Amino acid sequence: MIRKYKYLVLRRSLQVSLMFLYFAGNAWGFTFLQGNLSSSLLLGFIPLSDPYAALQMLVAGAVLSSDLLIGVLIITLFYASIGGRAFCSWVCPINIISDASNYIRRKFGFNKIQKKQPASRNLRYFVLFLSLILSYFLGLSAFEFISPISMVHRGLVFGMGFGYGAIVIIFLFDLFVLKNGWCGHICPLGAFYSLNAKFSLIKVDHDVQKCTACMECKEVCPESQVLFMINKESKPVLSGECTSCARCIEVCNDDALNFTIRNFKGEKNET
Amino acid sequence: MEITRREFFLKSARSAGLLALGGLVWSAYVDEVTASKLILRPPGALMEKDFLAACIKCGLCVEACPYDTLLLAKPGDNKPLGTPYFIPRDMPCYMCPDIPCVPICPTNALDQSLVSKNGILDINSADMGLAIIDENSCIAFWGIQCDACHSACPLLNEAISLEYRKNDRTGKHAFIVPIVHADVCTGCGLCERACITQKASIFILPREIATGRAGDHYIKSWSKKDEARLKNAKEINTKTKISNRPAIDSLNDMKGLLDD
Repeated sequence: MIRKYKYLVLRRSLQVSLMFLYFAGNAWGFTFLQGNLSSSLLLGFIPLSDPYAALQMLVAGAVLSSDLLIGVLIITLFYASIGGRAFCSWVCPINIISDASNYIRRKFGFNKIQKKQPASRNLRYFVLFLSLILSYFLGLSAFEFISPISMVHRGLVFGMGFGYGAIVIIFLFDLFVLKNGWCGHICPLGAFYSLNAKFSLIKVDHDVQKCTACMECKEVCPESQVLFMINKESKPVLSGECTSCARCIEVCNDDALNFTIRNFKGEKNET
Repeated sequence: MEITRREFFLKSARSAGLLALGGLVWSAYVDEVTASKLILRPPGALMEKDFLAACIKCGLCVEACPYDTLLLAKPGDNKPLGTPYFIPRDMPCYMCPDIPCVPICPTNALDQSLVSKNGILDINSADMGLAIIDENSCIAFWGIQCDACHSACPLLNEAISLEYRKNDRTGKHAFIVPIVHADVCTGCGLCERACITQKASIFILPREIATGRAGDHYIKSWSKKDEARLKNAKEINTKTKISNRPAIDSLNDMKGLLDD
């Protein structure tokens, strides 16, 4: 039974313990992890920084310091080479909220009533583009001043204020208005990591021989468009929009989906 | 999926419309929240505009502050979201000599060079704001003896000094009034914290708000340093249409003023 939820448990533990470490850093002066997800200090000296925030700052005309650049480089390279878009499902606290909405949606069969979603998932790339345009003209990192992600992770560490509003709004929006509304359609940070994840090494692989076409994976996937190959052909999920949440692997009763390390050579031969 | 030309144009127009609407709401909001100028920043902060561009809102300065002076703006505080600030009446800056909040800043939004002298950290060169005294409510200006702000000042007799003035009301007493020296005051807020009146009669404002500016064209002839600005000054001749003619001609020109 627990094996069926192995990755889910791991993900939740990571999300919660990261937020706890940040909280402990502020409340009790633990120096393991300080700051928040925008920028932090690991072990008191390794900088880690949000590359999307830094990109907005660059466009806004701020001079980027070397500490910031090192932090950005570490995070960007880690996700670009290994993690893909794993930030969204393994680190970001909003993921817990949107997963909760999604769970209720499935349990109450909302998805069967609202079959067609009224918005394109490409909207997020427009939001990403818009955030950079606004950052340029306002001379500020535009998304950082409205980001509900930052409101939540900053709120958990430094005090929420009306940040609870952001949680409730995303929960209700995802629940009633748009399936995977925030994380799958709007969030420019997710869009940024999607673009950054093009060449990452860890991907989910599909084996069509074992697939029994139950479509459980597509039902549970928060970015179900990336699973277009299910029951059609054996190939890895290469789209950067896959958050590597591994829910598809867990729900698959036929072992037709598994994590794999990407084989770039093999991909070339296929096409 | 084939799309026709008409569909393509309609779709593009729709995207552009959505983008414009979103951009309008978004920029209006950001503009509004960053417009509040009455906010006191940690020591070493860049000018407000540059500070807002550079601050990544990580809160490391807030964590580094040993006195819990610094706060991170929460939704509902009506301050630029996630940026550090402090309220001196609640908790002033205690001016740590090692300034832990500044070197930890990953983006140099808090700039070490602004709080250093000869490459060494020096909290006395910090400029968080400027103390302003409301002489109407400060009881020292009434003639009652109080030097709470003066004795709380970490730059005693430099940033705040006491001045003796004659009390004409009684004819035999003195006013002992605090005077703030703007060029020394760091805006730490210890005076505001110490002020004994119900609402502080000495309070910190961001320097940009608390000060005026005379303009470059005023030069103090009695100050050698200010006079030096004249050294390389060049005469500026402004030529307009009128200056083509002698002034007297201009004055005597009745054209257009008389009825024919």
